[in-house]
Amino acid sequence: MANAKSKEQVVNPIGASFTRNDVYEKVTGSAVYADDIQFGNKLLYARAKRSPYPHALIKKIDISKAEALPGVKVVVTGKDFPNRIGLYLQDKTIFATDRVRFIGEPVAAVAAISEEVAMKAVELIEVEYEELEAVFDAEFGASDKAPLIHPDLDKYVCPNFIFPKAGTNIANHFKIRKGDVSSAWDKCAYVVERSFKIPHIQHVPIETHIAIAQMDEKGKVTVWASSQSPFAQRNLIAHALHISQSDLRVIAPLVGGGFGSKAGVTMEAIPVALATKCKGWPVKFLLTREEEFYTNFVRQGLTIHVKVGCDKEGNLLALKNMMYWDGGASTEYGTNVTRAGGYSSSGPYDIPNVETDSICVYTNHPIGGAYRGFGMSELHTGLDQAIDELAEKAGVDKVTFLKKNGVAEGDVLVTGMIMHKNGIQECIDNVAKSLKMNEKEKPSSPDRLRGKGIAAMWKAPAMPPNPGSSAWVEMSEDGNVTVGLGGQEIGQGTFTVMAQMAAAALGVPYEKVRIAGPVDTQYSPYEWQTVASRLTWSMGNAVVLAAKDARRQILETVAEAWKESTDDLDIINGVVVSYKSERETSLENIVIYGMPKENNEGWTGGPIVGRGSFMPKYVTNLDAETGQGPRAVVHYTVGCEGLDIEIDKNTGTIYVLKGAASFDVGKAINPALVKAQVEGGFAQGLSSAMFEEIKLVKGVMTNPSFVDYRIATAPDMDFPLDTPFVEVPQDDGPWGARGVGEHPMVPTIAALGNAIYDATGIRLTNPPYSAEKIYLAMLDKGLVK
Amino acid sequence: MTLKTITLTVNDLVETVDVPQNMTLLQMIREKLSLTGTKNGCAAGECGACTVLMNGEPVNSCMVLAAECEGANIVTVEGLAKAGKLSTLQDTIIEAGGVQCGFCTPGMLISATALLKRNPNPTDSEIRSAIVGNLCRCTGYVRIVDAIKMAAK
Ligand code: FES
Ligand code: FES
Repeated sequence: MANAKSKEQVVNPIGASFTRNDVYEKVTGSAVYADDIQFGNKLLYARAKRSPYPHALIKKIDISKAEALPGVKVVVTGKDFPNRIGLYLQDKTIFATDRVRFIGEPVAAVAAISEEVAMKAVELIEVEYEELEAVFDAEFGASDKAPLIHPDLDKYVCPNFIFPKAGTNIANHFKIRKGDVSSAWDKCAYVVERSFKIPHIQHVPIETHIAIAQMDEKGKVTVWASSQSPFAQRNLIAHALHISQSDLRVIAPLVGGGFGSKAGVTMEAIPVALATKCKGWPVKFLLTREEEFYTNFVRQGLTIHVKVGCDKEGNLLALKNMMYWDGGASTEYGTNVTRAGGYSSSGPYDIPNVETDSICVYTNHPIGGAYRGFGMSELHTGLDQAIDELAEKAGVDKVTFLKKNGVAEGDVLVTGMIMHKNGIQECIDNVAKSLKMNEKEKPSSPDRLRGKGIAAMWKAPAMPPNPGSSAWVEMSEDGNVTVGLGGQEIGQGTFTVMAQMAAAALGVPYEKVRIAGPVDTQYSPYEWQTVASRLTWSMGNAVVLAAKDARRQILETVAEAWKESTDDLDIINGVVVSYKSERETSLENIVIYGMPKENNEGWTGGPIVGRGSFMPKYVTNLDAETGQGPRAVVHYTVGCEGLDIEIDKNTGTIYVLKGAASFDVGKAINPALVKAQVEGGFAQGLSSAMFEEIKLVKGVMTNPSFVDYRIATAPDMDFPLDTPFVEVPQDDGPWGARGVGEHPMVPTIAALGNAIYDATGIRLTNPPYSAEKIYLAMLDKGLVK
Repeated sequence: MTLKTITLTVNDLVETVDVPQNMTLLQMIREKLSLTGTKNGCAAGECGACTVLMNGEPVNSCMVLAAECEGANIVTVEGLAKAGKLSTLQDTIIEAGGVQCGFCTPGMLISATALLKRNPNPTDSEIRSAIVGNLCRCTGYVRIVDAIKMAAK
């Protein structure tokens, strides 16, 4: 070959730890987040009037004084926006209409020329309430003694895999009936029964929620939002306001942390509602940190009763799970959290007999929504601690117990689905080896106790059966590639991973690929939501299809011009080569202008536009009574974590000596990004295990600030963390990849609980496992005086 | 509201700004000077996202009144790179992979810059305590600490 450009050394884009493609902007301060967009002098500021009661009827709202305040542009209340909205169960309105159901629920909103005026106006809104008896406990809420929070539950719209019970507070009851649990207990040599209460926690993105909305004179709405779900927001908000989806444009700049909180629709609908009443004016709504803590999605609380048994050798035989989820005032998203908790309720273990009731209950608490790995941290906190105890009872060492029962290819899962190939054995081995789980080690001082804990996990993307992804690939004159996509960069690095995949599928160097951002529903291709650790797999498949489509078009153009067959052509390092004629041409220009045919016969080709669309088609519904069906989910990601800790006997303080985390990612497209996800998730999991709890007293969150709601800081994370990953390929994943964004925080509470038990012999059921709780328990047990 | 006119230096440029009495330094930087790299994560002095250098010291700019900044020398994240060349810390945080969502990054870089100026060879725990007030929800701080260590070398 004369031109050796195709032979220059190139890094295979798959499996290479490229630098993130958004990082230069992020370190120089030029990265644009929603609050950084300038709207000029016309910008209005929104504030919400919120309910001070957990449960009350709204008797009267008087907005006249607020409206009369100079500087106030518009005041809206629920009566103008009666339509219901919700991702799964449509049980929510933008503002409370006839009753309020939690403290902080918006009842009205103001748009004014400044924050100060808006805040003053909110104070001038007068609302008369009649207080009602409230529900603050999910188990009580599920009983027939509880007052009804949604008397109209029978009228709410929901998909056919959610099962609300009209006339109760039960928004979803998901059941598993696999095998025969009641007769299995007799065959068990050892049984453990435990109850756990997992508190509500908050996602705490450092960027609070923000949305800006503007309606033009013709009624078209543009929303700029910090969002994981621009397309779902377009759909749901358009639906609630009776406008066409194509007249609602959502622009989603970079997101300063999401973790599920910015999925679906929450506060974004408020500025839109205001904007519809003041055409032409942009309206900005930025949540305060206090509002962020309890007025938007939180992770719902869970009370779980676990009973699990095994035979003499330690083979799991039976599991019974009773789960009461504190869904809060609306369960539009939470119903699917409880469903996920149900269909994965065995954990990554092969258990022949399982009975699960996963019950989502309305309470007068903040609204539960998606939180990183939803349902799974909560479930595993109970399940993996009960299993830890069972292993000990059976006299089987814990690592052996997990491995013996770990789910394997071909196993019939809790839903009847057949398990695929997976690397759980390697994940457990990695953690066991890293922490020397088989060695009991001495504490560093007599004032300390030492313990090690391990916990395995699994998680499937929790979503409707048919969430779609799409992508396009275009090229510029210089042969550079632009990928259009609708999944969102929330810090996980998806734009980088998508660029790597497009580069590899097309045959160009990684550096030549750009991502068309920000995501904008007017130009970007459809993506369901940036949730469920689904992008690498689902959007990745769409991007690969689009890149392959573009590649096909290029090869057809060149083949026609050269009178060759596409079978003999390839694109290597951005150069089209013929294996037959050994001719070469770079992509420059031909991807826009096409190529002249030989003998002056005209032209071939033209601007290249590749398209790709992907949607899983094989997920089935599950039987309402048994939770059984051929395929509950697309796949599971499995993994394991462990901790080696010391506990200070004088204070109960935990010192982590080492952490280990290993997940089967199928294929690490960018190993450094995988490890970064695991580190961050582990830290978030540990933070939730040691510190975090939304303290609710009669519906009031008593700790809505960083001073009173502590999250892990840098000194808390002062220990080595080992993160070897496993790669057992996913059959329908791009290069075998599956997601891992959420999983690292799933087993952490259980791993810590097991380590505390190993150190002290104390099983602390209810997280967070704070120093105070540990100290008091040690005192109680006589370990310290 | 009465306005006060102040003159101060921001990223080596002398600026004269009219500020309301109750405007914070953070608001002034973002709204009056359009330097939006500095972030607001709590407006209460609790997250560190708004950290800037004020006369060489890191401060939470949400807790400083702009009106009191007469004559001050302020450095924001936009002032770290000089003539298009990134600072050592900006380079090392890229290399270490210490950026995810990036919302804490500007404040983190400022705190770390101040640390390395007063203590060019910090220990691991000195690094961690220097950024204790800078909350990051994404990274677990692992690669941020790595980046500061790399820059110290
Ligand atoms: S915004 Fe200033 S400390 Fe949080
Ligand atoms: S990178 Fe997201 S908060 Fe630090």
